[in-house]
Amino acid sequence: MNETVIKTNKLTKRFGDFVAVDEISFEVHKGEIFGFLGANGAGKTTAMRMLCGLSIPTSGEATVAGYDVFTQPEKIKENIGYMSQKFSLYEDLTVLENIQFYGGIYGLSDKEIKEKSDELTHKLGLHKEAKKLVRSLPLGWKQKLSFLVSIVHTPKIVFLDEPTGGVDPYMRREFWDLIYEGADKGITIFVTTHYLDEAEYCNRVTIMVDGKIEALDSPAGLRKKFGVATIDEVFYKLAREAKRSAD
Amino acid sequence: MDAITLNNITKTYNKGTVLAVDDVSFSVKKGEIFGLIGPDGAGKSSIFRMLTTLLLPDKGSATVGGFDIVKDYKTIRGILGYMPGRFSLYQDLTVEENLNFFATVFNTTIEENYELVKDIYVQIEPFKDRRAGKLSGGMKQKLALCCALIHKPEVLFLDEPTTGVDVVSRKEFWEMLKRLKQQGITILVSTSYMDEATLCDRIGLIINGRVLSIASPDDTIKAYPEKLYAVKSPNMFKLLNNLRSFEQTINCYTFGEYLHLSLKCSEEEVKKYLQEKEHDDFEFKTTSPTVEDCFIRLLKEQNERNGNKNE
Repeated sequence: MNETVIKTNKLTKRFGDFVAVDEISFEVHKGEIFGFLGANGAGKTTAMRMLCGLSIPTSGEATVAGYDVFTQPEKIKENIGYMSQKFSLYEDLTVLENIQFYGGIYGLSDKEIKEKSDELTHKLGLHKEAKKLVRSLPLGWKQKLSFLVSIVHTPKIVFLDEPTGGVDPYMRREFWDLIYEGADKGITIFVTTHYLDEAEYCNRVTIMVDGKIEALDSPAGLRKKFGVATIDEVFYKLAREAKRSAD
Repeated sequence: MDAITLNNITKTYNKGTVLAVDDVSFSVKKGEIFGLIGPDGAGKSSIFRMLTTLLLPDKGSATVGGFDIVKDYKTIRGILGYMPGRFSLYQDLTVEENLNFFATVFNTTIEENYELVKDIYVQIEPFKDRRAGKLSGGMKQKLALCCALIHKPEVLFLDEPTTGVDVVSRKEFWEMLKRLKQQGITILVSTSYMDEATLCDRIGLIINGRVLSIASPDDTIKAYPEKLYAVKSPNMFKLLNNLRSFEQTINCYTFGEYLHLSLKCSEEEVKKYLQEKEHDDFEFKTTSPTVEDCFIRLLKEQNERNGNKNE
């Protein structure tokens, strides 16, 4: 059960003199929902990009889905899904075309793509909108579609970088219903968010401050350790001590 | 006098086929912080764009600072500050150049109104020679606020100013808004963070282009009609699925470490049901609703109504 799917040891990334990620070490287990929190500029996106094989670390070690981030980044990419903060779907393609495109990229057969297209559009109640441009969808729908597209190839792990930013409370919950379902199927979820109520939905949470991991535990464990009632307060205590300004 | 008034404002797009704002009327008092809370596509940004004289309404009238948004648009542009949902400063200009530019456009100088932006500007001053495009989310937002304030506006329009911003910066941002309010500036703000909604003097919940409720956060919460419970068990996913398929459940959704639940039946009945479903050590208690609960309830009601209409 406790199979490890992500393992890092003193993973570090420098940009010139600037240490964006500073010797982080942690493990993530299969099927876990792992929350990755931190203030703007704490180093979350940089860490995530290294784990996705998009950025070569300066030093340290890390394996993702059993592959080494230094030597096997292409293998990693085949075995993960990634939903980036800025870009995930092609706005000028329709809902169906996006599913076809990503299915194709991840090497699904035409038959599988057809099945997935039906499955996803029905699941989201988007069958009426299937031939509309993604641009015309409200943000919450886009994000849900984008998540399902990022796991279209049933990856071992999916990385979600602020998937619910700007999404209203109702839609955010629908989004999390999808995350729960994915985790239930054994997909490991690695997620960043600024909505701290969402941290409570994770099995374990890390809080990054100035490139370092300052806390790592279950939400209940963190609340207990810091003697506070909410993750909000834990975060506030830690993030306020950050020396690095959010730039 | 009301700083902002809307009378039966309606806005459609695509030759009348898309109804964005549907017969909306409300007013904002001078010096008030008024929050517009609603899902994506509810019409919030359309309202902002009409009030800031960037869009014409199809029907209805509106005033800002006592001036008509259609007839007196030039006057209004001089007295309003606007922070659009998308970062709209010049990415290739530095922090200082951006601020200077906006001051100049409004026929003023940074020095003249420095007092107003000082608290905010000192935080980004160390980066004044950095290009705006190279700033982090929190810094961009502070710069955008400075630029919206530099001509000392009477009314400030902030369209989701804190999206993507961490909790520490968001708290600081709201402290700044309170200080601006004390100086008599009226603020209309939209947000998807419900904790921020409670910091407004009054909030309007807007869904599908219609304003469904306008009240102070306290009164919004008091109007919640059902008893609300918080439930927790070691297997939350199973608990959520079980409670959702329970016939007597009105609504059940995640809420931090608990699920929030409203019921058509008694507490005892649902507890019995949970025991049947083998949730042995679950925790069950009553809880007070928040603005978020009110919002979810309204939205669900609205979605169900629309769902029925489509069938």
